[in-house]
Amino acid sequence: MRLERRQQTSRAAMVVAPLGAIAFTLAISALLVLWAGAPVGRTYALLLQGGFGSVFAWSETLTRAIPLILTGLAATVAFKARLFNIGAEGQLYAGALAAVAVGGMHDGSGLALSPWLLFPLMMAAAALAGALMLLGPALMKSRLGVDEVVTTLLFNFIVLLAVSALLDGPMKDPTAMGWPQSVALQGDLELGKLVAQTRVHTGLLWAVALAAIVWVIFRYTVLGFDIRAVGANAGAAAFAGVPVTRTVVTVALLSGALAGLAGAIEVAGRTSYVTLDMSPGYGYTGIVIAMLAGLHPLGVVAAGVFVAGVLVGADAMSRAVGVPTYIADVIVATSLIAVLVATLLAQYRVRRA
Amino acid sequence: MSASDVLRINGVTKRFGALVANDDISLTLQAGEVLALLGENGAGKSTLMSILFGHYTADAGHIQVFGQTLAPGNPKAALRAGIGMVHQHFTLADNLSVLDNVMMGTQPLWLPFSRRGAARARLLKVSRRFGLPVQPDALIGSLSVGERQRVEILKALYRGARILILDEPTAVLTPQESEALFATLSQMVAQGLSIIFISHKLPEVLRVSQRVAVLRGGKLVAEARAADTTQAQLALWMVGHAVAAPTRRPAGRIGDAVCVLDHVDTAGSGHDRLHEVTLTLRAGEIVAVAGVSGNGQVALAEVLSGTRRATAGTVQLMGRALPPSPARLVPRGVARIPEDRHAVGVVGDLPVWENAVSERLRSPAFSRWSPLGRWVRRAAARAHALRVEKAFDVRGAGLDAPARALSGGNMQKLILGRALMAPPSAHGRSETPRLIVAHQPTWGLDIGAVAYVQQQLIAARDAGAAVLVISDDLDEVLALGDRVAVMHGGRLGEPRPAAAWTREAIGLAMAGTHSP
Repeated sequence: MRLERRQQTSRAAMVVAPLGAIAFTLAISALLVLWAGAPVGRTYALLLQGGFGSVFAWSETLTRAIPLILTGLAATVAFKARLFNIGAEGQLYAGALAAVAVGGMHDGSGLALSPWLLFPLMMAAAALAGALMLLGPALMKSRLGVDEVVTTLLFNFIVLLAVSALLDGPMKDPTAMGWPQSVALQGDLELGKLVAQTRVHTGLLWAVALAAIVWVIFRYTVLGFDIRAVGANAGAAAFAGVPVTRTVVTVALLSGALAGLAGAIEVAGRTSYVTLDMSPGYGYTGIVIAMLAGLHPLGVVAAGVFVAGVLVGADAMSRAVGVPTYIADVIVATSLIAVLVATLLAQYRVRRA
Repeated sequence: MSASDVLRINGVTKRFGALVANDDISLTLQAGEVLALLGENGAGKSTLMSILFGHYTADAGHIQVFGQTLAPGNPKAALRAGIGMVHQHFTLADNLSVLDNVMMGTQPLWLPFSRRGAARARLLKVSRRFGLPVQPDALIGSLSVGERQRVEILKALYRGARILILDEPTAVLTPQESEALFATLSQMVAQGLSIIFISHKLPEVLRVSQRVAVLRGGKLVAEARAADTTQAQLALWMVGHAVAAPTRRPAGRIGDAVCVLDHVDTAGSGHDRLHEVTLTLRAGEIVAVAGVSGNGQVALAEVLSGTRRATAGTVQLMGRALPPSPARLVPRGVARIPEDRHAVGVVGDLPVWENAVSERLRSPAFSRWSPLGRWVRRAAARAHALRVEKAFDVRGAGLDAPARALSGGNMQKLILGRALMAPPSAHGRSETPRLIVAHQPTWGLDIGAVAYVQQQLIAARDAGAAVLVISDDLDEVLALGDRVAVMHGGRLGEPRPAAAWTREAIGLAMAGTHSP
């Protein structure tokens, strides 16, 4: 038996591959559930119910999906051009901090501008902050050949420590009883709720709209062609006249801006202020989501909701059957590996030697 | 079959999906014989040799070496059985000595001391026996291409090869170096070695081999004694029908200078750079540049393609400086055919239609401004891609298939069509390119595609373009060039009319020896 590469991937394989990957993931995770001494069927049922089983479950899942979709888009844009931005976590915090800096209640009042002006200003500041975070690594990559994986990854630690210093220093909310958290956002700037009595906010519309815009850029614009060409073969792209360095820098600005917006939308939609634990690794999970979605912007929305549902469902399940919530991380990670392997295998066929 | 057969290939069949790469091939090789394996690209030569060497497993059939059946799919077994292969692209480490390269991989990893003394003695013994002089301590990086090839052959012989496979060995050599290789080969077979010589060049096949086996479409179509056949007969077997070589018509009216290089230098490593290159390309004329690859041809092509900057000197196009960027150069009428069609010519993962318009995507014909940046005029772009596909007979994939699904010939036609066909312009400007820079335009193509590409270049010349053809293939240089110049060590010789050159004179110039 040996594997041979197909000339073109068959449609059946494209459908079977993800389904097989999900089945494989559930089977592997079931072993861990058994190990934890819980009934597999009930655990999965609770997980599903906790993530998608009620209006409340859906509202929590969608709330969690908002930052995941945005960081997933940040990774998608960058990875499509082979700019491996691992720094979405730091860019998210930079965006959140910039949002509070512009729209926060400094000295009890904040900037005295109309919310109609201040809100776009706040979002722009967040996008800019995230974009600038990635500008340096992108320039170092294209001018000096410095590996962006290393620089963007290390920037995360720098940003997190800087945020920590700022939250204990100039940005600290003096009324927070000593907790390291920033001042709150002006009330007018907070995003409205999509569904009453839940936490789902209009940030979801932002996330979906941005996914659609990225999809349109990829598919219908010259920039989209440039990004795909640079990602697939930078040498051939340069020969055909694609400005490779400019494309990489543009991609960096876009990717960083999306991650920065994720931070601003989290603050404006959910937390109201910046804390050091506002993101449980959304930046890193965004990479997983982008890969799960096969770097397709609309797929990112689906993958973001799926991952959010598993995470939220695991919380509920854990309370009921006592399987640790880490099972969610295992499921997400296993599904990523399974999907990657399955899409790879879908390009091959098995032949008897 | 006779007792002196050292190698028997019995009914070997290999399929890749629907493609039958080798169809029931049976061949024998005798001791002290050179067998030429002739065929176009895709005829199945490489597949057959890969099966012999254990890289692939045959679907049917088996192979016997010195009477023993060879274990399938096992390169180590092939090496132990005494099969050695010299690839077209050498597998030598430049920064190591000849001896190190030859010894590499022959010693157990956990030996306390390297047995260099014994290895040196053995290398010199092999070298003397087969008449392949070598300096064991010379660095590979300091050797010429011909000398490196000799080291590759020695490497195989050092490991005890008694059957040697040479894959297109003359592709990288000057005519004189090729002659030296042929002399070496005859000395090696006189010592009892057997050689399989893979090639698609007819004269050298007849020159060097005792027997010729011709593959076409995966089948063994003919076997003949070299003494009993002719080039015309071999060509007929190889292609399956008579092919008229593109007849070289002399240039018509030669026009004004289109592109002028004046004492151009570039940066670059080794010989891949230009030293004071001066050249004038005129409308209606083909200038062909010959040379052993790696003597500055890449730099010359890249300067004229906008992907490398000149560090000194000037390059002018129609009296103005040539912009050093592909995006600005293409609209000014420069058509470019790069050397490596897979790595540079197309983006293999993107569809055929996007590749067909990629050079001109920024022109108003194919995109316009929108709030989200330049918006691709998809309908116009696809329509133009379809015209290119039709006009240049790009077959096999359709507009939406990834470009890598195209065969080499069709990929080259796509690149040619993209370069030569300007989009319909509203201003009624000239639609033909002014300057064509073609680097190895027919490398690796089958005879039919070669003729097609060469005819297109001649047609463009007749339509008034200035054409520069850079090629390692001397036959192509002589077939296309109205004037011929030779590159060596980054310097370009004076272009002279093709009729003023002999093959020997070109060979000497390629080797850097100035002919009187």
